Order: sequence, then structure tokens, then C-alpha cells
Amino acid sequence: MSTAPGIVAIALADRLAQRARWQPVEIVFWAAAAASVFLLPGKHIILAEIAILALFALSLDLILGYAGIISLGHAAFFGFGAYCAGLLAQHHLIDEPVLALAVSGLAAAALGFATSFLVLRGSDLTRLMVTLGVALMLREIANRFDALTGGADGLQGITIAPVLGRFAFDITGHAAYVYALAVTFLLFLAARRLVHSPFGLSLRSVKGNPLRAAAIGISVNARLVAIYTVAAGYAGIAGALLTQISAFCSLDVFSFDRSADLLLVLIIGGTGYLYGGLIGAVLFKLMQDWLATMTPQYWQFWIGLVLVAIVLVGRQRMAGWLYCARGLVPDMLRRR
Amino acid sequence: MPFALETAGLSRQFGGIAAAKDVTLRVERGARHALIGPNGAGKTTLINLLTGVLRPSAGSILLEGRDITRLAPHRRVGLGLARTFQINQLFADFTPLETIGLAVSERLGHGGDWWRVAGSRLGLNQDIASVLERFHLADAMHEPVSTLPYGKQRLLEIALAVACRPRVLLLDEPAAGVPEEDRHEILASVAALPEDVTVLFIEHDMDLVFSFARRISVLVNGTLFAEGTPEEIARDARVKAVYLGEEAVDA
Ligand SMILES: Nc1ncnc2c1ncn2[C@@H]1O[C@H](COP(=O)(O)OP(=O)(O)O)[C@@H](O)[C@H]1O
Ligand SMILES: [Mg+2]
Repeated sequence: MSTAPGIVAIALADRLAQRARWQPVEIVFWAAAAASVFLLPGKHIILAEIAILALFALSLDLILGYAGIISLGHAAFFGFGAYCAGLLAQHHLIDEPVLALAVSGLAAAALGFATSFLVLRGSDLTRLMVTLGVALMLREIANRFDALTGGADGLQGITIAPVLGRFAFDITGHAAYVYALAVTFLLFLAARRLVHSPFGLSLRSVKGNPLRAAAIGISVNARLVAIYTVAAGYAGIAGALLTQISAFCSLDVFSFDRSADLLLVLIIGGTGYLYGGLIGAVLFKLMQDWLATMTPQYWQFWIGLVLVAIVLVGRQRMAGWLYCARGLVPDMLRRR
Repeated sequence: MPFALETAGLSRQFGGIAAAKDVTLRVERGARHALIGPNGAGKTTLINLLTGVLRPSAGSILLEGRDITRLAPHRRVGLGLARTFQINQLFADFTPLETIGLAVSERLGHGGDWWRVAGSRLGLNQDIASVLERFHLADAMHEPVSTLPYGKQRLLEIALAVACRPRVLLLDEPAAGVPEEDRHEILASVAALPEDVTVLFIEHDMDLVFSFARRISVLVNGTLFAEGTPEEIARDARVKAVYLGEEAVDA
């Protein structure tokens, strides 16, 4: 009461901005990612796949972790972006990959905007079914219009021009990994900015208590539409990346497995702190890779077991065991 | 001059129950208007109708002369109508600072800014600071809401509505469940609301009602049963029978 409001205001700004400040663990995380470019040259193909999965999972985290929208059909946007990039390259509409990536992302975002009204209302179950349905329909549409999409054979004979006219994709996957990692990092930065903004705060309020959010003047629907659109764009860019680095695109990009795996990735990594999708993607791919070589026939059994364990035991407790010393658990993991 | 808030023939059914039945209520500008009635009378339902949480089956609502019957809840807030809830509706993992910051930035039209870090507008922060201080929440402003004592949560419940800077404020049992020693803080904060803010409040605590209200409406079984000044209501035998009588039996 005796303090000058100006001083309080500055203190508040400081405190509010605190969440947005970079933590040392975050810097370590991205430094490690950058180091992998130089230290793991033989692994660039799988690393590129991990980066794409991480971006895709980040996209789902934006709607699940920050807006509480669960989806079992996020591959709809991934696939849409993938086919956009494929068609743009095949018909030489846009040859430069970065530009084609942006256009594919915008197209997927437009699809997200158009279908967002389907997920505004309803329980988790309805949302699961509606998103699943949209992905299934898109897959069938792609299958049906085989003159354009190549149907079950997929898009054949795509050549992808060098990125920015300079970096050509090759069999080593170097260019592919650097490209995928750079795109994922830039989009991560944007997402990080977004979740720490007033918009991000209002999104959390909508997730936490939509009744009260509306009662203080927040348009719940507008927030949900906006984040769903952004997330769809992210997913579309992830899909377009996959098409570009593999110079191929098939109906598989829409598959149910892809959407379901994505949920697994987030369950492994956790939601609502942005790194869940990234960490989950790394763990998921490594686990898949490792289990597939250990027990080629039964690897899904082990993935299933991990899933059940995580859900029943709880990720936080497992992370606690893993790190043993609780002090090492990143603060953000403990946040709900 | 139009009323701050006015309803005409407002009704709402829940299955067979008429929770609001042909309610015609007028609330004057700057009023301190209490809405009382036994449990289940439909008081909360009426607030839900006024704020758009529920759609009426019939009737209309005017806010400062403007028809808001079909308006979405968040638009009514934009027009100057805010409320509190009988059961706290807060954001459990927010701090009071974030909670109030959210409301203030939304009111000033910055709630959708996605490119700047929250807290980077100084003018807005002064607004937030003054609300937190007024409601004695400055000391606890960095604690997660879910860890605050109930009395503080109740203060935040009211502060959050006030942060929307409403011209018409609806309070649903502001003192409900607050322990005796924290009550005065709630009462003082309600009493300190600016005179030009119209207040319609539901309350069971008769001391509060009679010390604070300049007009009282009694709701029974979804219908307006009586209305008048506190003296008139206190003298009304029918009200005593229906409402005060019940309390006497309870006691
Ligand atoms: N969402 C709802 N669904 C069904 N019945 C409801 C609902 N809300 C309130 N009611 C019923 O409407 C009546 C009025 O309730 P309410 O407005 O909460 O009363 P008050 O606030 O006066 O205690 C009660 O009989 C209650 O059971
Ligand atoms: Mg009530």
C-alpha cells in the first residue's frame, strides 16, 4: 500500500516474465541437438526422422497440453501438408523447399481452421472420434483421387530441389537433418514465444476453467480455433518435411498408427511444457529402434508395456527414480 | 434513463422444474440490490441467465437498455457485466498475479497478443498491482491459487470480477463458506466498491444483506415473491413466513 505503484508494476513485469526466461537445461538441450549434427554424422537419417516427429508432437502438445483438446487424428494435418509438399514439387509449382514448406503449412493451417469448429464442443470422447473421423476421411479422399495422388502407390517420382538453392538432399541425410532440425528449432522458438505471451496465458485459462475464462471476457471459441489452426499448420510443416527429405509421399501419412504413436510420444514426454514432444520423440524413436533390433517380432509388446507403466506409475515419479536425486529433475517436469 | 439491468418474463426450465419463472426484475443504476430466497429458489440460475451461462426458455434481458438476451457470455463482459461464482471458479495452477493479469489484459484488448511476453506492458501492470493491493492479495500474489487459504481464494474470486472493471457486478454469495475471522475482509472489499458500480448480490447472511442492501428482492420457487426496501422486506409477513421463518426453524 505504501509502495509506489510504478515499482510494484516493474516487479510484476519481472515476475510475469520469469517463466519466459531461458533455463540452463533448455540451452543444454538445444546445444546437444546442435552438437549431434557434428558428433553423430552416421545417424542423420534417423535424427531427421526424430526431428520431424518432435515437431509433429510439439504441434499436438500445443492443442493437448495448452488447450486440452485431445486428438486421435492429428495425422490429418500431417498428411495434408505432406501431400501439398509432394504435389508442389511433382508439378514444379514451387521448387524451392523452404517456400513449399511454408505454403504446405499454410494449407494445413487452413484445413485446421476449417475443421476446428468440430472440436470446439463436446467431451474428450467426441473429440477423439471426430478427429479420428476427419483423418480417416482425408485418407480415403487421397485414395479415391488417385489420378492426382497416385492412390495406394503414393506420389512417385518427386525430385526435391536444393534447400535455398544451395543444399541438396543426399543419401547421407546431412542436409535433411540440418534442414529438419533448423525448421523444428525455429518453430519451437515461435511456439515458446506464443505460450509465454498473454495469448498463451489465456489459453491456459481456457484449458483450466472455460466457464471462468468466458466470465472474464475471453472468447473461449476464438482461442481454441486459433491454437487449433496454428497446431494444424505445425503438423502440416512436419508432414511436408517428411515428403521433402524422403522424396516420397504415400497414404501412410494419414494413418491411424501415426496419430496414435503421436499420443504415445506425448505420454512418454509429458504435455504442457513444450519439451514433452521433443523428449518423447527422441525416447520413442530410440526405444522403437532398439526394441526392433532386440526383439524384431515383439517390440510393440514392450512399447505397450512402457505405455501402461507410464500411465499407471506416473511419469513424474519415474523421472524421479531415473534421476534419483530430485534436484536434478527439471522444474518444468514437476509442473502439472 | 434505462435501468442498469432489466429482465422481462425471464424463464428457464430444467426438465420438470421451473428454476426461473416469469422473472421481471429491475436493477437501478448504482444500486445495492440483494437477491434473497431459500436454497433452490433459483437465485444462481437467475445469475446464470443474466450472464449467458444458461439460455432462457423465454423472456429477455436488457443491460443498460441494450438487449443482451442472445449474446455470448464473454461479450456481456465486454459490455460491462461481470460476476462471481457461488463456488469458486479460479485457475488452480495460476498465481493471483497471473489471474488478475489475465483479466486486466483481456479487458484492455491485449489478451490475444501472442508475440510479446506477458507482463511487458507497464501501464497494465499498475492496474494489476492496484487490484491486488485493494484485495489484500499482494503478499500472496506469487503463490499458486490452489495453495491459498479459502478466505484468500474467496477474495480473489471477487477481485477477478472487479478486475474486469464492470459497471454491473453480480455477486453470488460472496461470503459463503468464509470463516468468521476472514469475513470482514470480504465485506470491506464489497463495501469499498465504487458507488457508480451497480451491484446485485445474493447472500444468505442477513446481517450483510441488511447492512449493505438498499433494495431487496425475494425469490421463491423461481418467481419473484416480494420486492422492496430493507425495511419493507423486514416487515413483510409473507416473507417472514416463507424465508425468515425457515431460518428460524433452522436455527
Ligand atoms: N444445471 C442444472 N440442471 C438441472 N437443474 C438445475 C441446474 N441448475 C439448477 N438446477 C435446479 O434449479 C433449482 C434452482 O437452483 P439454484 O438456481 O442453484 O438455486 P439457489 O441458487 O437459489 O440455491 C434447483 O431445484 C436446482 O436443483
Ligand atoms: Mg445458489
